[in-house]
Amino acid sequence: MKAPPFQYHRPQTCEELGALLANLDNAKILAGGQSLMPMLNLRVLAPDHLIDINRISELSGIRETANGIEIGAMTRQADILASPIICARLPLLACALEHVGHIQTRSRGTIGGSCCHLDPSAEQPAMCAALDAEFVAVGPNGRRVVAAEDWFQGLLQSALDDQEFLEVLRFKPWAKRHGYGFAEYARRHGDFAIAGAAALLEVDSKSAITRAALLVFGVEPAPRRLRGAEAVLIGQTIHDITFAPIVDEARALDPMEDTHVTADYRRHLAGILINRALGDACSTSERSQ
Amino acid sequence: MTEQNITFTLNGEQRRASADPRTHLADFLRHGLGLTGTHVGCEHGVCGACTVIVDGVPVRSCLMLAVQVDGCIVETVEGLAKGDELSPLQQAFSTHHGLQCGFCTPGMLMTLEAFLRGSPSPTEQDIRIAISGNICRCTGYQGIVEAALAVVAAKASSS
Repeated sequence: MKAPPFQYHRPQTCEELGALLANLDNAKILAGGQSLMPMLNLRVLAPDHLIDINRISELSGIRETANGIEIGAMTRQADILASPIICARLPLLACALEHVGHIQTRSRGTIGGSCCHLDPSAEQPAMCAALDAEFVAVGPNGRRVVAAEDWFQGLLQSALDDQEFLEVLRFKPWAKRHGYGFAEYARRHGDFAIAGAAALLEVDSKSAITRAALLVFGVEPAPRRLRGAEAVLIGQTIHDITFAPIVDEARALDPMEDTHVTADYRRHLAGILINRALGDACSTSERSQ
Repeated sequence: MTEQNITFTLNGEQRRASADPRTHLADFLRHGLGLTGTHVGCEHGVCGACTVIVDGVPVRSCLMLAVQVDGCIVETVEGLAKGDELSPLQQAFSTHHGLQCGFCTPGMLMTLEAFLRGSPSPTEQDIRIAISGNICRCTGYQGIVEAALAVVAAKASSS
């Protein structure tokens, strides 16, 4: 099918974008277009105005700051994947990005677009949740910083309001030598995952875990941190982890069901995948000792 | 809706045209410019048949609006051959039976063209991952992978 008609706007600066959002009704922001364009072509959406932000150069780029790493909302997935800064300091994100679509979609798709669309099985917002990223939103009242745990408001629903746009994502990298693991199951490489999981670990000189983040995504409408299991891991050594309570927490979730996949199967996968992700996080933290 | 004027470079030539903002790039190339080499399959970014190169990177032209290529450099399958002389990749597709019905071929060629420029010495696995976003329903990929590997081998032996 073909997209319904709309009025096209192409602001060059964030200021122009802000003014458009403040004045237009039923407007939609076009970032990389890898989710919005299919929705337009399938006529799932019919905005009156389409605001193309691809020419706003101040919205893209990867910067190392005193507080961590900032990734502009319009930074393309291919550029994040190719960034030595990301590979070195946010390896979990780099690892997950290899599973995002294909080279033709990563060349256009943006991290901010994915984080605003919030498909439950999208890897990038999920990794933001695992890494406790901060989402910087800009609106008529200026800038506000939204914590990852407040960003996800439900299925396809971010904390952004109609007049706001996502400017930048801020990350605080984990210790230089941390363990990370990512696992997902999709029917084909690059497809949306049926379920996925991620793990991050920091360990001391005796291989005892001092900090942990565990997450499953694609299971519930938003990515889910396994806070109980994270607490249980503290103090255990990476060679001697008791996996049962972790798998139990992953399987205690309330999974979505669709025409292809039952809730039970998602529950099963959640347990398997968190196990694999944590196993990989143990191996990478061991290798980096 | 009113059409918008755009200026861009298409296969090395400067072009001026106008497009309705809602028209995606693939439809614009085919219907607006008569370049039917770019194929339209699914129109939601799954099949890869419409892959073209914009500013050096492979993109799905059904997921980009024509008005977005204003000022860009666009390459389509029509730009690969020089007259009747096939490009090395096209020739390799022919030699290695990399096409049968030909529907996925323009997308496969443009994906591999962009990929091989950026990765001159990929492994077979790298090539398979590169074309994982292009669906072929008849040749079965093997000939396509062999064609790409042949181009890589030819380049390695000539340099």
